Amino acid sequence: MPVNETLSQYSDWSYTTSVVVYILAMVFFLVEQSFGRHGRQAAERTRSRELVGAGTGNRNTDPGNRNTDPGNRNTDPGIGNTGSGNGNTGPGNGNTGAAPTRAERFGRMGVALTVLGLLLHASALVLRGLATARVPWGNMYEYVMITCFVAVAAWLVLLRKHPVRHLSMFVLLPNVILMFVGGTWLYAVAAPLQPALQSYWLIIHVAAAAASSGVFLVPGVASIFYLIKARNESHPEKFAKFAAKLPAKDVLDRVAYRTTVFAFPVFTFGVLCGAVWAEAAWGRFWGWDPKETVAFIAWIVYAAYLHSRATAGWRGNRAAVINVIGFAVTVFNLFFVNLVTTGLHSYAGVG
Amino acid sequence: MTPAPPQRTDKADDPTPAYRATPLRRAWAFVRNTWRGLTSMRTALILLFLLAVAALPGALLPQRSVNERNVNGYLAEHGWWGSLLDSLQMFDVYSSVWFSAIYLLLMVSIIGCLVPRTSDYVRSMRSKPVLTPRNLRRLPHHERAETSDDVDAVMAAARKRLRGWRLTEREEAGGARSISAERGYLRETGNLLFHFGMLGVIISFAGGALYSYEGQVVVLADGTEFCNSGIYNYDSFEPGLQVDGTQLNPFCVRVNDFDARYRNGQPVAYESDIDYQSGEDLTTGTWRSHHLEVNEPLRTAGDRLYLLNHGYAPTFTVTFPDGQSRTQTIQWRPVDQQTYLSEGATKFEEPGITDPAERRERQLAVTGLFAPTPSMHGSILSSAGPQLNNPTVAVDIMRGDLGVDSGRGQSIFEIDQSMVEAGRLERVARENLEVGQSLTLEDGTTVHFDGVERFVALQVSHDPLQNWVLASAVVMFAGLGASLFIKRRRLWVRATPAGGDGQPAGAADDTAADDTAADDTAADDTVAGDGAADNTAAGDTASGDTAAGDTAAGDNGPSERRTVVEVGGLARTDQAGYGEEFTRIAADLLGRK
Ligand code: HEM
Repeated sequence: MPVNETLSQYSDWSYTTSVVVYILAMVFFLVEQSFGRHGRQAAERTRSRELVGAGTGNRNTDPGNRNTDPGNRNTDPGIGNTGSGNGNTGPGNGNTGAAPTRAERFGRMGVALTVLGLLLHASALVLRGLATARVPWGNMYEYVMITCFVAVAAWLVLLRKHPVRHLSMFVLLPNVILMFVGGTWLYAVAAPLQPALQSYWLIIHVAAAAASSGVFLVPGVASIFYLIKARNESHPEKFAKFAAKLPAKDVLDRVAYRTTVFAFPVFTFGVLCGAVWAEAAWGRFWGWDPKETVAFIAWIVYAAYLHSRATAGWRGNRAAVINVIGFAVTVFNLFFVNLVTTGLHSYAGVG
Repeated sequence: MTPAPPQRTDKADDPTPAYRATPLRRAWAFVRNTWRGLTSMRTALILLFLLAVAALPGALLPQRSVNERNVNGYLAEHGWWGSLLDSLQMFDVYSSVWFSAIYLLLMVSIIGCLVPRTSDYVRSMRSKPVLTPRNLRRLPHHERAETSDDVDAVMAAARKRLRGWRLTEREEAGGARSISAERGYLRETGNLLFHFGMLGVIISFAGGALYSYEGQVVVLADGTEFCNSGIYNYDSFEPGLQVDGTQLNPFCVRVNDFDARYRNGQPVAYESDIDYQSGEDLTTGTWRSHHLEVNEPLRTAGDRLYLLNHGYAPTFTVTFPDGQSRTQTIQWRPVDQQTYLSEGATKFEEPGITDPAERRERQLAVTGLFAPTPSMHGSILSSAGPQLNNPTVAVDIMRGDLGVDSGRGQSIFEIDQSMVEAGRLERVARENLEVGQSLTLEDGTTVHFDGVERFVALQVSHDPLQNWVLASAVVMFAGLGASLFIKRRRLWVRATPAGGDGQPAGAADDTAADDTAADDTAADDTVAGDGAADNTAAGDTASGDTAAGDTAAGDNGPSERRTVVEVGGLARTDQAGYGEEFTRIAADLLGRK
């Protein structure tokens, strides 16, 4: 099957347009973020009034509001357990029924644009796949494309449940940077696969790797915010302006934890499939190839994160730090290992 | 490794000064404390981290096990720094002393975590759900309503709704009855499976390092045979620690051809037709045919045979002045994996010379570059693609002492540069040749480029434990899923007859609540016996307890309401999201729609 040049051209256009739309969405979120303070305060006031009025015995419908960590007793109550009772009243929730403020309207338009960008992003992927008659993740460019797709999709899913919309900019920003790098330096023309990549394991292994890396972007950002917020709480003069816009620490913690808990098994699965594939392709299931090694390190770091949240004295700040490290290792794996070191994974590389 | 019960570590830290410290006791205490320290969750975490950090240099520095040539290059380039790194085993990270030490400690730590957890687990699987706390209102989740049904009906409905939960029902004072329900035991099961699986992976992986072997060999794709009968048949061979090379699984292969298909200069398929014999066939002489492809190894005799790469072997014929000729086909090494530009050295001895000294003056080597699709940059040959398209060589003809008798090992791809430097091997011609062309030396010797043969790079791998690794990994993965996604949670229902002598229990306790809450949960832990500390209600829930629940109850006239129903819930693990399920169940139990 020869490569269909027309479709691949459409795919490239789609890709570029989606980046542009994401950037536009970022502008909207930026507006919400910076002009929204007055509006948000107003919104919060209305909401608290409503909450008081609506005290009809269903106060427990606020799910997961309380920290139910095991071993909580051992921690400094100030750390593990801050937002008792009001964890979920972050701004921008938009479910109060009150008329949306102007800032909120901007935020919602930002979401709408993000969805549009995501659709374009999806069509770029699909067209690539059609153009080459194979799964659209056979080289670095395509890999970055699908990873970013997953990241944005994961974020949109999260928005439905967590009051973090006004932070969308900070998820879109790394994403747009990644897509820019992918579309310029890493760009590769649509082409058939190398013999070594012609295996159904490519579909499974790389899909799992891309899905988990994409989702890992979200907890990475959430944990960075967590650290900023925590710093601000202990030193109110630090990040004063920015931290005021962040949701409560335990919201951030919950977002980070839930996404990691989702992505970690997917990542594990991806590594396992990689090992099974490596057994068939390279003659051994594990050989400390640089990508394997860094995948191993990332796995360990995320495992440590999950454990740290259940260990007295480690949850909170330290867990967030571990999560950020995990994210850094994931990005390192994506770029450094493919572009700088020479390993067996390089042939899926650039150009 | 697993959420270790924190209160236990606390106890371990308790000083026990009541004993008199005899040396024996002190030694024992030391052993015990070391063990406890080693097997605590915190240690396991730190060890995990150390392992990650220790693995890092392996990704940044070249590794002998992966690519020896890169290591030598690095050493040559970096002088003392290189040797320092080498003495720290930085080029053999994964077999280094320090890496193995962390690995072993982690293994011990995991075992230490698992032993007590397993017995806790068995105990908790047999235990009944814990007593209903006196005051359900103190729990993180709590709802309450009154109903016209009597206590029995409420209990029956609750039992029905809570099918699938582990239940116990209890009579309480004042005609009240309660149900304790617990669910999600599989979480613990999954957690244990995960850790046992991980242990299995670690052990079988380490075992594999003992009993595995891996050999690489280049075979011409013109019907040449290769047998897995001894390590000297290989170009390179890496035995496991317990492999001496005498017990290889015997089998033979014959490589009939190799074919690479290209589209727009890009390779799309490598395949090779081979015959092989193993087991019985070796004695009967039967050959079976097999189609070998990338990603499709041949599995036979407990070993695996892979097609890893391919390359070209030019054929040269040297005709000496006396008319005798010699023909050789030797593989040249691809130096560029995209274009298959290759380098090599094909070495010849002039026949009929018996005097060793004279022979060492007249040896010949044809060395240089081979391009399957030539492209000339000035007079420099390079290759434009991997396909055979007017193949060309750019060769130096070297004459003199090749150093083959020096006793030192020779690379088949290179001439011995030290001989060149010593002036004992000299270049006598340099030319580019296409297939069919030849060159003539001063003394009348001709070198003819006859054509090109293909070779395949094969690898034989053997790892008797890899299926165990896979099985353990699958167990680990299944356990991980269960332990991350199943919530361990508890639910209590209490039905108290309203009016009569019995006040709703919750109301009665209202004032005392603050003092008793802690007791409730403490009791809860001990009964549970599995140590996972529940969130003590005290800090968390007190603030949430507004008067809303009471208002709700108060709204309903007591006249037709005969039973107060209270539902309380507690998620026992670090898992937000029990709230939704609780709300649903409570709505059902309290008859709300
Ligand atoms: C034990 C074996 C393996 C492990 C642990 C492993 C790990 C990974 C990881 C973690 C990624 C995601 C990259 C990232 O996050 O940047 C990845 C990507 C990829 N892997 Fe593997 N892998 C293994 C074996 C294989 C094999 C055998 C092949 C093919 C012959 C392969 C081909 C790819 C490709 C094409 C990608 C995506 C593109 C790229 O990042 O280069 N992997 N692998």
